[in-house]
Amino acid sequence: MAMSREQILKEIQEVLIDALGVDDDEVTPEATLMGDLGAESIDFLDIVFRMEKSFDLKIPREELFPAEALMGSEEYVKDGKLTEKGLQELRDKMPHSDISRFEADPDVNKIGDLFTVDALVNFVDARLNK
Amino acid sequence: MRWIWIDKFTEFNSGKNAVAIKNITMAEEHIHDHFPGFPIMPECLMIEAMAQTAGILVGQARDYKEKVILAKINKAVFFRYAKPGDTLEIHAKINSIADEAASTKGKIVCDGKTVAEIDLMFSHIDQNLAGAEFPEENFVFTELFSVVLRNSGVPGPNMELN
Repeated sequence: MAMSREQILKEIQEVLIDALGVDDDEVTPEATLMGDLGAESIDFLDIVFRMEKSFDLKIPREELFPAEALMGSEEYVKDGKLTEKGLQELRDKMPHSDISRFEADPDVNKIGDLFTVDALVNFVDARLNK
Repeated sequence: MRWIWIDKFTEFNSGKNAVAIKNITMAEEHIHDHFPGFPIMPECLMIEAMAQTAGILVGQARDYKEKVILAKINKAVFFRYAKPGDTLEIHAKINSIADEAASTKGKIVCDGKTVAEIDLMFSHIDQNLAGAEFPEENFVFTELFSVVLRNSGVPGPNMELN
């Protein structure tokens, strides 16, 4: 089922409006799910469930939101920052997120900023239109 | 589940949907205060009735191995009052279920009329909350509610049906 990025964005906006109770004008491509749209941990599962239904996909949570698994590892996190190895892992696991700005200061507290509306669109785009 | 707020199941399709009954009576003390002279079932307790119906449905789907905790109220819209003497039918359906969580869709009906629409999310807490540890025993699904299941002919945890 091929879909244009505009169509995918529109569906993602619907998903986020329903899952997070936000207004449509808040769901811009740059908006971060946690910081801007107020998503909490259970909301990520809600978003995954709704995206699976909207796009008829099976989405393992750790593929869409892999950062959680990184956080618990000493190899990847040191002194509250991601190590080079952690960053590499992030690049491998999250090709749908733009981590260029995060790389400059890989503070784990800012990892949430990687989850943007645009990242969700990229993820679905890669799955549907590969 | 340490208190039970539904009376019995009238329908139970494992992993799919269930219908439970809640009879409202004037003998429920909180109704005397809610409100004096105008007794109606508090809407938050309708959510509780749905959480128990849908929560048991979700728990049974994984053989009561998970600790199923209400995590999110996606929707709760109320259309009519529910009064003493009313029999509420609580219809719950599993929308999605995964290792970590489940989402359900629900409707409360009385005399064929929709009283409320309530959609919920449940967390399987052992699979969530980043390593937090919980007691070994399943404190959600206790003996208390097994009685309701047994009376309804629905399989409970470690329970033989005769």
